[in-house]
Amino acid sequence: MTRKQRRGVLIGSAVAVLSLAAVLVLFAFRESIVFFHTPSDIAGSKIPEGTRFRLGGLVEAGSVKRGDGVKVAFTVTDTLKSVPVTYEGVLPDLFREGQGVVTEGILTPSGVFIADSVLAKHDENYMPPEVAKALKAKGVKLGASAEHPGSTTPPQGQP
Amino acid sequence: MIIELGHFALILALLVAGVQMVVPFWGARVRDGRLMAVAEPAAICQLLLILTAFLSLMHAYVTSDFSVANVYENSHSTKPLIYKIAGVWGNHEGSMVLWVLILAIFGAAVALFGTNLPATLRANVLAVQGSIAVAFCLFILLSSNPFARLSPAPFDGKGLNPILQDPALAFHPPLLYMGYVGFSMAFSFAIAALIEGRTDAAWARWVRPWTLLAWMCLTIGIAMGSWWAYYELGWGGWWFWDPVENASFMPWLAGTALLHSALVMEKREALKVWTVLLAILAFSLSLLGTFLVRSGVLSSVHAFAVDPARGMFVLAIMVLFTGGGLALFAARAGTLRQGGIFAPVSREGSLVLNNILLTTSAATVLIGTLYPLFLEGVTGEKISVGPPFFNGTFGPLMLPLLLAMPFGPLLAWKRGDAGAAMQKLYPALAAAAVALIVTVAMTVRGPWLAPLGLALGVWVMAGAISDPLLRARLGSVPLDEVRRRLSNLPRAAYGGALAHFGIGLMVTGIVATSAYQTERIVVMKPGAQIDVAGFDLKFGGVVPSKGPNYAEQIGTFEVTRGGAPVTTLLPAKRLYDAPPQPTTEAGILNSWRGDLYVVLGDPQPDGGFAVRLYFNPLVRFIWIGALIMFIGGGISLSDRRLRVGAPASARRSNAAVAAE
Repeated sequence: MTRKQRRGVLIGSAVAVLSLAAVLVLFAFRESIVFFHTPSDIAGSKIPEGTRFRLGGLVEAGSVKRGDGVKVAFTVTDTLKSVPVTYEGVLPDLFREGQGVVTEGILTPSGVFIADSVLAKHDENYMPPEVAKALKAKGVKLGASAEHPGSTTPPQGQP
Repeated sequence: MIIELGHFALILALLVAGVQMVVPFWGARVRDGRLMAVAEPAAICQLLLILTAFLSLMHAYVTSDFSVANVYENSHSTKPLIYKIAGVWGNHEGSMVLWVLILAIFGAAVALFGTNLPATLRANVLAVQGSIAVAFCLFILLSSNPFARLSPAPFDGKGLNPILQDPALAFHPPLLYMGYVGFSMAFSFAIAALIEGRTDAAWARWVRPWTLLAWMCLTIGIAMGSWWAYYELGWGGWWFWDPVENASFMPWLAGTALLHSALVMEKREALKVWTVLLAILAFSLSLLGTFLVRSGVLSSVHAFAVDPARGMFVLAIMVLFTGGGLALFAARAGTLRQGGIFAPVSREGSLVLNNILLTTSAATVLIGTLYPLFLEGVTGEKISVGPPFFNGTFGPLMLPLLLAMPFGPLLAWKRGDAGAAMQKLYPALAAAAVALIVTVAMTVRGPWLAPLGLALGVWVMAGAISDPLLRARLGSVPLDEVRRRLSNLPRAAYGGALAHFGIGLMVTGIVATSAYQTERIVVMKPGAQIDVAGFDLKFGGVVPSKGPNYAEQIGTFEVTRGGAPVTTLLPAKRLYDAPPQPTTEAGILNSWRGDLYVVLGDPQPDGGFAVRLYFNPLVRFIWIGALIMFIGGGISLSDRRLRVGAPASARRSNAAVAAE
């Protein structure tokens, strides 16, 4: 095999693997991207029914109600609009009323968000960037700690 | 006083690093031996200064000096001593000091043990190391000063995030940083090679041990992080394809590729340009990892509150080194002369396939990790890319890699014979077939792909075992001869086979636990019973208890199997005093079949408790596999071949760095 042919095989296999990867990436993106919305986005009703998405905001104070078994209901708010959420499972340690939260699931026609996961964070002063940004964009006044999570110098670290 | 000394030492270290960056580089350009000779004392001096800074910070932690802002914010007088020490790097500022300390250790190792490297190469390598040190010392001093004082000094500290108060996590950051920073050696050698316009087998022989050491540390560091997440977070999972996890995984993939391509370069002087490029990429991905974790630009389940200004600084460092490195590569790569020719089916060819697949998979992980940032920047839409993306892209790319893995070592250099290799692998194929039949017969549920995945793991393991046996010509020579040949095999052969075996074991564990995990979420009242994967659990209620710096609620679960008592699991919910933060402690029973994993949830109004129960089959294979890979790397590192032909003192340098 000449040097040229050898290079051809090398380049050919690299191109083959890369195009395989590109196809995989495109397919996976179509299937598995999850959008993030706030309660106000939902009120604007631009979300097709039955789509999985992430709902983020603050857990409304006094809204957490425990139901049968491990069912729990609470309200996620961006202080302008709010959405009732139901979840079946164990809530993360840092889930608390008045704190930022991100949940993932689908919205029913009745307007209740059925979450199948509630995201946990390692740090109680941590506000998920989407939530902080979305709330700020909506003009919600947050405490200093929420707007600039770093400025209150919470515990930090490398997980 | 001591803390000011530390601060001063770090400023001096910055200046020394500046000298180390400029003078030897200039010396190498004008071929002035005296200027180049500045590099070694500068590197050693820099190490001593940074060590002084690091130890003075540690002193402040151990003595709980709360007049130091960093100690006040991250420590507490009641914290156990080990976490006071680990607390030094349990926060942003301190961990960056650790980062530069490890960098300085590597630099000093080149200065001390690289005495028979060509003088200009050594000077250039140390100059590049110096430039990295300058960037990070500046970063610490300007944006993340750990030596700032508070006045008046507070009475007590705020405490360390309790989930970080854990033995595995105490050693996770140093190991991870050893890995990240270890790739800086490969980077510095690559840049030096580009500056000089030449690389040879000796260059690869120098780069390989450093890369191997970095790779080992990164492997075990990532495994420790995963193990910690598994038992400490109480989610029952061990890998979440989270940005912070991906941040450490991408350099690992690139580093693994580099390890294999450096092999080709060392043995056959081929793939020079590619190896140099990989060395730049591996370190760039390490910098990207540092940036992703330190900037908080990505929403991560592991995210900690961070300051955006710091992120910009790390981003600037990253752009400078990655961009500079790649620009230099573009300009100078053409000057590197290509070496040996090889057929597509050959040892080199198999290593090229390994490299193509590993770098492509690293690229898919990179795309999945950064795409949300990109989309938000372009359209303003916020998205998350979750595990399905990574499973759907990374998994299929690993498939050919794992299938081909046993072949690689059996192919000859230059031109191999795939048919002959296949014949030699019939026993391994038979083992995989048996595994396939057994799993199909034993399991009643789970995805149809799972038995194939397990068979793939067995194929890789059996292939790894066959490799040294075939080298000893088992089957064609008498057993005594096989034994003699086995004992004469170089250690690197065993190390490589062992690392491949570890991968196979890990694959088996990943497939088994992903496909056959049992999960139950129930509410249990005291006295209630539940059956999980053949174990009977009886909930005995919850009792309060008090630890050194936390209060906890401990649930008791009597575990029996077929009526015979097995153990009592004690999952707990803890509330730490400082900072007041709840954590979950899972109760885990380790058996040969897998882990029984119990998490105590919230109390319910009716007096019951939410309880999550998992059975994770063979999950420990994942971490045992990583440990075996680490050991394999260590055995390979101790091989004579890495030292013979290379500068004789490489042996000392390896031993010294391994002992750090």
